[in-house]
Amino acid sequence: MSSAAGTTKEPVAIVGIGQTRHVAARRDVSIAGLVREAAQRALQDAELTWQDIDAVVIGKAPDFFEGVMMPELYLADALGAVGKPLLRVHTAGSVGGSTALVAADLVAARVHRTVLTLAFEKQSESNAMWGLSLPVPFQQPLLAGAGGFFAPHVRAYMRRTGAPATVGSLVAYKDRRNALKNPYAHLHEHDLTLEKVQASPMLWDPVRYSETCPSSDGACAMVLTDRAGARRAPRPAAWVHGGAMRSEPTLFAGKDFVSPQAGKDCAAAVYRQAGITDPRREIDAVEMYVPFSWYEPMWLENLGFAAPGEGWKLTESGVTELDGDLPVNPSGGVLSANPIGASGMIRFAEAALQVRGQAGEHQVPGARRALGHAYGGGSQFFSMWVVGADAPGA
Amino acid sequence: MTPTSGTPEALSAPLVVEFPFTRSLGPVQSAFLTGLRERTVLGVRTADGRVLVPPVEYDPVTAEEIRDLAEVGTTGTVTTWAWNPAPRRDQPLDTPFAWVLVRLDGADTALLHVLDAAGPDAVRAGMRVRVRWARERTGAITDIACFEPYEGGEASEPVPHTGEFADPVTGITTPARLDYTYAPGRAQSRYLAALAERRTVGERCPSCRKVYVPPRGACPTCGVATRDQVEVGPDGTVTTFCIVNIKAKNLDIEVPYVYAHIALDGADLALHARIGGIPYDQVRMGLRVRPVWRDGSRFPDHYRPTGEPDADYDSYKGLV
Repeated sequence: MSSAAGTTKEPVAIVGIGQTRHVAARRDVSIAGLVREAAQRALQDAELTWQDIDAVVIGKAPDFFEGVMMPELYLADALGAVGKPLLRVHTAGSVGGSTALVAADLVAARVHRTVLTLAFEKQSESNAMWGLSLPVPFQQPLLAGAGGFFAPHVRAYMRRTGAPATVGSLVAYKDRRNALKNPYAHLHEHDLTLEKVQASPMLWDPVRYSETCPSSDGACAMVLTDRAGARRAPRPAAWVHGGAMRSEPTLFAGKDFVSPQAGKDCAAAVYRQAGITDPRREIDAVEMYVPFSWYEPMWLENLGFAAPGEGWKLTESGVTELDGDLPVNPSGGVLSANPIGASGMIRFAEAALQVRGQAGEHQVPGARRALGHAYGGGSQFFSMWVVGADAPGA
Repeated sequence: MTPTSGTPEALSAPLVVEFPFTRSLGPVQSAFLTGLRERTVLGVRTADGRVLVPPVEYDPVTAEEIRDLAEVGTTGTVTTWAWNPAPRRDQPLDTPFAWVLVRLDGADTALLHVLDAAGPDAVRAGMRVRVRWARERTGAITDIACFEPYEGGEASEPVPHTGEFADPVTGITTPARLDYTYAPGRAQSRYLAALAERRTVGERCPSCRKVYVPPRGACPTCGVATRDQVEVGPDGTVTTFCIVNIKAKNLDIEVPYVYAHIALDGADLALHARIGGIPYDQVRMGLRVRPVWRDGSRFPDHYRPTGEPDADYDSYKGLV
């Protein structure tokens, strides 16, 4: 399968990656200025100019989140897209991942040779919670807020697996310490201790304050190109070994919120493309979308890194630490920076940084293959890619 | 078609979506809007020498950052227009007006605004107009109240400008409002009509036999219409829950309270509701509950324990 794919699809290389320093509020720049900053850094990393870009693919959070309905229209000149194709992708919180996959497909299909892809969010100028709870007539208002939507599923996971109540705090403490090694992360909590995480207020029991993601402004961009583009690149490329998206309804009879079928199917598809049969052994680093700390053990099972019911044991035993044998969120993850519309792309980009050996202080030594994961909506959209240090089939 | 037990009139109601979004302006828009406050119209010069009004941050041709600001005239020429005979809420004028594109003297592009004119016969492409400034200016496009007809020739060339002003405007609030008419559809209308009689009625999928509450008129898994109505509940089982400790702005509920997923007897997926009548820290998965109604309320106010023994985990774990 993989050799046939190698001859029919153009291999896709990530040769440029740029992020803003994610913060609570970027009042010094417009939205155009924010995305531009990430895009410029990606171009600089690839040593390319705007003229070298053939098409632009952009993603952002749902429109009501920040009131920008047509980013493709508003941002065309800021993104050098005049006279070029400019597409917008829209899949709720997973959008950063699916946006990168649309860009990768354009290169793989040889529609374009070099594509700029980016995603952004300015949470400071909007209100995501408001955007999620419009006062729809005749419907009962949501009684809980964003964390309240997810917390019951965390309790269901704990009941199903018998996971001890401390696991969530271990994830939060790990990710926030990893973030200290990532200059782009929003939260740099130098004085944080495990005891402080465990003593932080219970917001939506069983989810504590320190186990929830922050609200951030930020953008992320990548330059994707073909084999010829990768040969010209000044720094090592990351190669796309597999990419997949899956969707399912928000609510339906039989929906498993703890381990959604669409997530399992998406992971199976991406591993099949990458020729991976044992992800726990064959993947060196994972950047997964963990907005509430308990989602790490839940996704470890959903993504096939642990058997059902066993995910929390990987977390508890230190396997997912930066120096463990399956580091999860070496960047600090969504728990340390959450510009929602960009968060999925940041996962994809951080996975690529790892296999390029460009992750700096949070580099996993010798990482050759990494998984980037994003999800969104009511756990209904999933997008993932596996990236490697070697060209596929090499 | 299977007869349904009395199809009530489909409901509809207004849905207003309104939010005051904020915007950080960045250097170019900040200069432009602060300039309007000071009765100064600024454009930006591109690499090919054109002056764009309103200004942009990035050159539409070269994609490079552009920052060379220039002051243009407050008089200009209408390039095209459309008559608006019936102004709507929040439009710049409350009397009939023309939407106009105005190329200000010294600018190479046209600005969208409105022209105060007696009627469509008084407007033509090529006519000369001038800015009518708002009496109170805050640093917004509405600092130009409108344009008005003007007898006079074209003014001078654009003049370079630093864009620097005292007390610059760096951010604005841009209220957005959308007016929808929301129609929940026949299935939900039937559901609400039954709720008015304090009965909960779902719909069964003819293919997978699952009972949906609330019904959506179609099964999201099988993609077929649901027709058969099935009364469920009133009792149910708490499948999972969380304890809410932070007060939501729009809710008048004292914290802490329990927000639970409840599988009503006979339903194949859980609905969400508050649990009362029991201390919050004694709520548990498997708790058997029953709705508590309050007069005048469309939905149960909350659910309270029935007093029965808890449901066995295996009996509801497929609904968690």
